[in-house]
Amino acid sequence: MAGWIILIIIAILFFMVIGLYNTLVRLRKRCDNGWAQIDVQLKRRYDLIPNLIETAKGYLKHEREVLENVTKARQQAINASGVKDQAQAENMLTSTLRSLFAVAENYPDLKANTNMLALQEELVSTENKISFARQHYNDTVMIYNTRTETVPSNIIAGMFGFKPREFFELEDVAQREAPKVDFTS
Amino acid sequence: MCSVPDRSGVTGAVAAIRGYACRVEVPEGKMFYEDIAANKRNSWILVVVVTAVLVVLGYLLGLHWGNGYVGISLAVVIAVVASLSAFYSGDKMILTMSRAKRIEKKDHPQLYNVVEELSIAAGLPVPAMYVIDDTAPNAFATGRDPEHASVAITTGLMQKLNRDELQGVIAHELSHVGNRDILFATMVGILVGSIVLVSDFFLRSMFWGGGRRRRKSGERGGGAIIMIIALVFAIVAPIFAKLLQLAVSRQREYLADATAAKLTRYPEGLASALEKIAGDREVLEVANRATQHLYIVNPIKPFEKRTKSLFSTHPPLEERIARLRSM
Repeated sequence: MAGWIILIIIAILFFMVIGLYNTLVRLRKRCDNGWAQIDVQLKRRYDLIPNLIETAKGYLKHEREVLENVTKARQQAINASGVKDQAQAENMLTSTLRSLFAVAENYPDLKANTNMLALQEELVSTENKISFARQHYNDTVMIYNTRTETVPSNIIAGMFGFKPREFFELEDVAQREAPKVDFTS
Repeated sequence: MCSVPDRSGVTGAVAAIRGYACRVEVPEGKMFYEDIAANKRNSWILVVVVTAVLVVLGYLLGLHWGNGYVGISLAVVIAVVASLSAFYSGDKMILTMSRAKRIEKKDHPQLYNVVEELSIAAGLPVPAMYVIDDTAPNAFATGRDPEHASVAITTGLMQKLNRDELQGVIAHELSHVGNRDILFATMVGILVGSIVLVSDFFLRSMFWGGGRRRRKSGERGGGAIIMIIALVFAIVAPIFAKLLQLAVSRQREYLADATAAKLTRYPEGLASALEKIAGDREVLEVANRATQHLYIVNPIKPFEKRTKSLFSTHPPLEERIARLRSM
C-alpha cells in the first residue's frame, strides 16, 4: 500500500518536472526568436545605409564627416559581439543616423529627392521595428527570467542549466527620447 | 501565442526602455491564454446556440408546412454548412461584403511598414492587408487565427490619420488578432447574419403563405398556437443573437484598446485616432448588420448616437478615450 502511494507521488513529481522543463524550453526558444527578430531588423538597417550614403553623398559634399561617422558606426555595429556591446554599437549608429537626417534638413534638394524620401521612410520604419523587436524581446526575457528565478521552476532551471538572459537596454539617457516622425506636415 | 506575454510587472520597465513614461494597465486576473480559450469556447457555444435556434425554427416552420422533421433536417444541414463556411471562409465573405481589396507593400509602403512594425511588437505574423475605398475612417480585423488573419482599413482612415494615430488603430486591430477575438467576431457576423436572414424569410412567408395553408389543413387551434409560438420565436431569436453579440464585444473593445496601448507604449495615438473617427460625420456605406461589430468604431450609427446607446456593440467612445488618456 505504502509502496503504491510512494510510486504515485514519484510519478506525479516526474510529470511535474517534465512540464516545468518543457515550459522553460518553450520560453527560452521564444527569447531566441525575439533575438533573431532584432537581428533581422538590424541587418536590414545595415543594408539600407550604403544606399542612403550613396544618395546623400552628391548633396552633402561639405558634410563628409557626418557621412563617415555613419559608415564607421555601421562597421562597428556589424563587428560587435555580445548583447551589451551590440546594444552600445547600435545606439551609436542610431545617433549618427539622426545627426545625418538633421544635417539633411538644411539641404532642400536632398530633402525633396524621392529616393531620399523613400529611404528615410524605410529607415524610420526599420528603427521602429528594431525598437518594437527589442520591446518584444525584453518582454519575453522578463517572463523567462521570472520563471528561472521563482519556485518551483528555479529548481529545474538550476538542474538543467537554464541561465537568465540579458535585457537589451539603452544606456544613453538622451536617447530615451523615442524617435517621433510626423508625416502630416 | 507569444503576442502579449504578460499582464503585470513588465510594462513599467519596458516602457522606460522605450522612453515613454506612461503606465499601461491591462485588466488583471485572467491570463492571456485564458482569453484565447474563452474565445474558442464562445465560438463553440455560438455554434451550438445557433444550431439549436435553427433547429427549433426549422421544426416550427416544418410543422407549418406539414412535416416537422423535414424542417429539422433542413435546419441541421443549414447549421452545419453555415458553421463550416463561417469558420473556413467567414473572413473572405466579410471582406467581399465590405468590398475590401487586397493590397501589397508597393501599393502603400508606409501603411505596410506600420503594420509590420506592430506585428513585430505583438509577435504575430504580418496579416493580409485590405483597403476599402470609402472616405469614412474605419477599420476591422477578421480571420480564424493569427496565421489566417486580415486587417481592412478604409482609404478615409489613411487620409485623415497621421502615423501615430494609424499605429494606434493597427495596434488595436492586431490586439483583436492576438486575443483571438477575430474568430468569434467573424463567426458571430456570419451565423447571426444567417439567423436574421432565416427569420426574415420566415416572417415574410407567414404574411404571404400562412393564412391560406391553415384554412386548407383544417387544424385551426393547433395551427394558431404554433403560429403564435413561431411568431414570438422569430422575433426573439434575432434579438437574442444580437444581445449575445453585444455582451461580448464591449469588453473585448476595452481590452483591445488596452493591449494596443501596451504594444505602442503610446496610448495618445489611439485616443486621438478615436477622437478623429468619432468626429467624422461620413457614413461607411459597405457596413451592415452582420459586420458592424467588427469595426473599431461602430460605422452605422450617426455621430450623435455613437457616443452612448444601450444597444451599441461598442462601449461609448468618450469612455474609451478617457480610459486611454488615463493610462
